[in-house]
Amino acid sequence: MIYLELFLTFLQIGAFSFGGGYGMISLIREKVLMYGWLTEEEMLNMIAVAESTPGPIAVNMATFIGSSQGGFFGAFLATLGVVLPSFSIILIIAALIRNLLKYAGVKAFLGGIRPCIIGLILATAITMLMSTAIGFSGIGDTLAIDLNGIIIFVLLTVISIVARLMLKKKPSPILMIVISAGLGMLMYSL
Amino acid sequence: MKKTKECLSLFLTMLKIGVFTFGGGYAMIALLENEFVEKKKWLEKDEFLDVAAIAESTPGPIAINAATYIGYNNFGIIGSIIATLGICIPSFVIIYAISLFFDAFLSLTLVAYAFKGIQICVVYLILTAGLKMLKQMKKTVFNMIIILVTLVCMVVFSLFAVKFSTIFYILISGICGVAVYLIGKVRREKKHDLS
Repeated sequence: MIYLELFLTFLQIGAFSFGGGYGMISLIREKVLMYGWLTEEEMLNMIAVAESTPGPIAVNMATFIGSSQGGFFGAFLATLGVVLPSFSIILIIAALIRNLLKYAGVKAFLGGIRPCIIGLILATAITMLMSTAIGFSGIGDTLAIDLNGIIIFVLLTVISIVARLMLKKKPSPILMIVISAGLGMLMYSL
Repeated sequence: MKKTKECLSLFLTMLKIGVFTFGGGYAMIALLENEFVEKKKWLEKDEFLDVAAIAESTPGPIAINAATYIGYNNFGIIGSIIATLGICIPSFVIIYAISLFFDAFLSLTLVAYAFKGIQICVVYLILTAGLKMLKQMKKTVFNMIIILVTLVCMVVFSLFAVKFSTIFYILISGICGVAVYLIGKVRREKKHDLS
């Protein structure tokens, strides 16, 4: 039952994602690859679309995955699922326990989660980098080195550093996506 | 009547923020502040900082958390529903429309090449977002241990295809946080008793 699966999966994602859009990517990636809803490449395309369209990244990803698996109704249920936990938790806080965050125990719990999210984001980036750039996603895989991909990664890093030094400003994610699209067309056409 | 009008204004403002904010939660927080603290004066500056702190610390999309809170604060449950709908509807409509023709779009060779570049860029963006958070984090022993253990375990487990859900990392780290706090508390109390 794809509808129920979508709803329950995004309910979990909504309940356990801390630290905004990037914080939920590890959990979304885990679920999406587990169910075989998207491949690693499709997942990265979807993040790019979610990042370059307006609105909360989590809602964008839920709508996109829901729609790809279950049409309009799937998109609706996935979005509802990702929103519902936040909505209920905030209602409880706003209505009943406004000073929830001031309790030492809650502070300590959140204090433990914060570094964990950083570890999760970095680990996800590293595994994604290995699988896209050298085709290595598990012990036993033969390497498929994507030289163009590695060159694009290096170029993006250089562009970002140069922009920060010359203009004192980091290029926005959307600008980086546009630049990488151009680089992709150029490098892979050659 | 006045209330209906204000609810409508809440809905339209959230809709506007939903349409025009790129870049997720943190960008939205700034816009929410501009609309509800500076223009509408529905919240005091201090109150808004509390809302932002709650939105960031509770699970779920930051923008939705903040919208729900602001909606509830002013118009109760109905307000929270209106605010959340307002901020979600634009994303939903835009992404649903894109998802309908996305596969056809990708079947163009040049577009497929562009997306091969974009895929690399997304990995780059995630990596730099993580590194930025690492830079801003207080480098206490506890934080560094949690980051390192999570990072190493997750990479190794993923390479050896060991199934260990992200949810467990989050829960275990939270429990570690509480445990360290409790141990510290007991120690302080013991010291206090001795002196």
